[in-house]
Amino acid sequence: MPKPPAKNDYDDKFGSAEEQQTVENLTKSEYKWGFTTDIETDMAPKGLNENIVRFISAKKEEPEWLLQWRLKAFRHWQKMVEPKWPNVKYPPIDFQNAYYYAAPKPQKQLESLDEVDPKLRETFDKLGISIMEQKRLSNVAVDAVMDSVSVATTFQGELKKHGIIFGAFSEAVKNHPELVRKYLGSVVPYTDNFYAALNSAVFSDGSFCYIPKGVRCPMELSTYFRINAANTGQFERTLIVADEGANVSYLEGCTAPMRDENQLHAAVVEIYVHKEAQVKYSTVQNWYPGDENGVGGVYNFVTKRAITHENAKVSWTQVETGSAITWKYPSVILKGDNSIGEFYSVALTNNYQQADTGTKMMHLGKNTRSTIISKGISAGKSQNSYRGLVRVGKNAENARNFSQCDSLLIGDQCGAHTFPYLEIKNPTAQVEHEATTSKIGDDQIFYLLQRGISEEDAINMIVNGYCKEVFRELPMEFAVEAQKLLAVSLEGSVG
Amino acid sequence: MISIKNLHTSVEETEILKGIDLEVKPGEVHAIMGPNGSGKSTLANVLAGREEYEVTAGSVEFNGRNLLEMPAEERAREGLFLAFQYPVEIPGVSNANFLKAALNAIRQHRGEEAFDAMDFLTMVKERLQLVEMDQKFLQRAVNVGFSGGEKKRNEIFQMAVLEPQLGILDETDSGLDIDALKIVANGVNKLRNPQRSFIIVTHYQRLLDYIVPDFVHVLADGRIIKSGGKELALYLEKNGYDDLLNGNGKAAV
Ligand SMILES: Nc1ncnc2c1ncn2[C@@H]1O[C@H](COP(=O)(O)OP(=O)(O)OP(=O)(O)O)[C@@H](O)[C@H]1O
Ligand SMILES: [Mg+2]
Repeated sequence: MPKPPAKNDYDDKFGSAEEQQTVENLTKSEYKWGFTTDIETDMAPKGLNENIVRFISAKKEEPEWLLQWRLKAFRHWQKMVEPKWPNVKYPPIDFQNAYYYAAPKPQKQLESLDEVDPKLRETFDKLGISIMEQKRLSNVAVDAVMDSVSVATTFQGELKKHGIIFGAFSEAVKNHPELVRKYLGSVVPYTDNFYAALNSAVFSDGSFCYIPKGVRCPMELSTYFRINAANTGQFERTLIVADEGANVSYLEGCTAPMRDENQLHAAVVEIYVHKEAQVKYSTVQNWYPGDENGVGGVYNFVTKRAITHENAKVSWTQVETGSAITWKYPSVILKGDNSIGEFYSVALTNNYQQADTGTKMMHLGKNTRSTIISKGISAGKSQNSYRGLVRVGKNAENARNFSQCDSLLIGDQCGAHTFPYLEIKNPTAQVEHEATTSKIGDDQIFYLLQRGISEEDAINMIVNGYCKEVFRELPMEFAVEAQKLLAVSLEGSVG
Repeated sequence: MISIKNLHTSVEETEILKGIDLEVKPGEVHAIMGPNGSGKSTLANVLAGREEYEVTAGSVEFNGRNLLEMPAEERAREGLFLAFQYPVEIPGVSNANFLKAALNAIRQHRGEEAFDAMDFLTMVKERLQLVEMDQKFLQRAVNVGFSGGEKKRNEIFQMAVLEPQLGILDETDSGLDIDALKIVANGVNKLRNPQRSFIIVTHYQRLLDYIVPDFVHVLADGRIIKSGGKELALYLEKNGYDDLLNGNGKAAV
């Protein structure tokens, strides 16, 4: 896959050489999750055509209807053009020069975690999500996805008791085909956009979750994504259905090993929220961002959308520190009256990263409410854009939206941009938008230094404070992780 | 404690401190007075290690070590504390977390064990009383939404927690009402001991009524033009700086 923008896109005209050096040192960081696991992979041949789509479907022993759905998506995709409107720059992607399927070869059906490949277990340990520990100590069920196939699923027993289905997408296709068929593509149809169509054609695995009527999921559900095999695109498909009055909190964490080629990640997440139900979807995204010269890194082109029925609520919380390029707008279609959509986001870019992220809140029902809190942090030579749409349909009486988009700049070689779009078709709508851009202040840093705190810790503290409104929306253990992640992403050889 | 010799400092090519000599011994309290813009805050900031100020000549020894070679955080860890004239707001960071990070950085530097949450809380609650501050300030973001006086009190509270060897107070009294002034002064007095020294920058005799200084210095146009005992402050209170200065704000003698 192609290389990101050349270094000389930026030159010395923004400040003195020394100043630039200081800032560079301040914002330098190394990717701590850069290791690859040596597990035999089962790969599809390079390139993309109908045969590959059939290969994937056959590999997964899918029913005919799903193969046909994939093929329709593929044919549709062939007619589409790559979107160019996001505020990101990258050379054209050669879709024929990538692998579309890679699965770690399972030895046999796994009954317990102890049977999981020790190397894989090690990988999870390095990621800091030792499944054993998780299982033993915490209240988190983990569905670990490595290179597209769910490998181990915990807490199944407990979930089963409540009638909750949570596990690999491919398993759900086998065990609950009627549910999958009913909801697949219902929130993000394959015609939706270029990458959603691509995902629909070649998705390899992902997670499926169904919470039955009136059930409050007794634990946080968690999925860890990780791209491992070189040059494989990762096309996750996640489908969450909360039936009437159900309640679930879902966590998604991602990391990818260090590689000097770009890897494409085009996931789709669909959330279907029946009336009175509530879904909280939290993401900590830490894909490999490329090195400090902008070489390598993941292209993260993701479609995430939820639909809410009457009195339902969806809340997206995301902390994005990874990927060379992020292109992502978790959205809510507020279909039912009195339904609520929330979006809390921290997006941090450093070095040559580019992020164009935000949300879309589409108010269709009466008295629908949405809240958008976006915190962008740009360091190094990165570009960070917020792009958000608030649309109020003509029947959405008394719709309300509050948006707050803040940008924090570290150094003066980075960029922050805000693109808010408003489409108001009903005069009773109340829409409020606040935006600020600030630079991390020398005064603030000096104040902390004067109290004995190191420069690195000072910057972390200030940045974490700035993100507090978003972090407090995250489940506890995720909030701690998110803070550490910001620290690592900003880490530099200070002083 | 601290020994300042012939200190010259510039900001953006302009010389502000033009040769300061000052010797502070353990346990002493020195007051620095002087007209606006004379360089008092500059001196405080230079000692604290603010990088915008370039030291062009002179030396500063702090407990026998070359202070000017240390980065700001090291000066703090070595026991130099600056109560800011304009305390800075840090949104989203609680006073408690901030102070705990500071205290533990200092303790680590001294080779002491880090305080855990419980020990820390017990200790800070006790120190809050020193400046009669409510516990709710621990959970509030550092200085955010604090009134002017609360910010100043918060500085002294921090000083009480961090227990420096040398406290430099830059106009801590301005913005305080009469009661708060007494409370703050009281707090400082309780922190006075034979090992701890203070440099107190102030415009008013009022503060020095409560914190009685051993020495008073008058800073004008980047130089100490007069030094004396506590009676010098009383003299200035009565006569202003005019006697000491000629029309250009330069020293008359
Ligand atoms: N960062 C800076 N850039 C430019 N000039 C500065 C800077 N800092 C201080 N100065 C100048 O240096 C001089 C001394 O300022 P300083 O703040 O030290 O005075 P001060 O004695 O503390 O005054 P006050 O009593 O009003 O607080 C002033 O003329 C001020 O404008
Ligand atoms: Mg001053």
